[in-house]
Amino acid sequence: MASSIRVRAIANGETTDVQTLIQHPMDSGFVSDDKGEFIPAHFIQELIFEYDGRKVFVADWGTAVAKDPYVKFSFKGGNKGGELKVSWIDNKGATDTATVKIQ
Amino acid sequence: MTTPRSGSAFKQKDDKEAIKWLYGKTAEPSDKVKLDAPEIAENGAVVPISVTTTLADVTSISFVVPENPNPLAAYYKLPPGTMPSVANRLKMAKTSNVIVIVEAGGKLYSATKEVKVTVGGCGG
Repeated sequence: MASSIRVRAIANGETTDVQTLIQHPMDSGFVSDDKGEFIPAHFIQELIFEYDGRKVFVADWGTAVAKDPYVKFSFKGGNKGGELKVSWIDNKGATDTATVKIQ
Repeated sequence: MTTPRSGSAFKQKDDKEAIKWLYGKTAEPSDKVKLDAPEIAENGAVVPISVTTTLADVTSISFVVPENPNPLAAYYKLPPGTMPSVANRLKMAKTSNVIVIVEAGGKLYSATKEVKVTVGGCGG
């Protein structure tokens, strides 16, 4: 199965710019389907970025993050060729992980 | 699985309660917090919102949409060395203020902007 995570990390002087796009329904639990029944909430709760064994960015999300979430941030201390690890867990316990080299 | 620190804050139905659950204190407005959000969002399902700040020692940033069923949308922990700048995309049920809260040096600072939503993004 293809990864749900698309991540790009680019070294930019002192900082590394990270952009991530994740495929996930992010169902809020407030929307009903064609039959008028509510679609249960299904959303990523935690998204973690690690570099060199330390967390550089942690997102706690609720149901109001848009479908197929996008997030962008920057951190200091990343080196070209270094590996950035991305992982998420949703409210149903599903997880996914990806590792990308800093460009 | 680990429970995010913000777990119960996400379930609150009132923005002030959510902020209290998350931080245990209130934020004061600051012009050092720059919130970028559209004036009008035609599609409330995908509203691009970003924040950046010149404040030092930022440890967390959160996004709150008071008119949503659960106002707390996202909470970001920023370890030392991570820049105090985040861009994301949120859902908005209807026209609402968007509040961003920056935790810096143990204090809370906020910026607020109204986003007019043409078509709501939370259904119902």
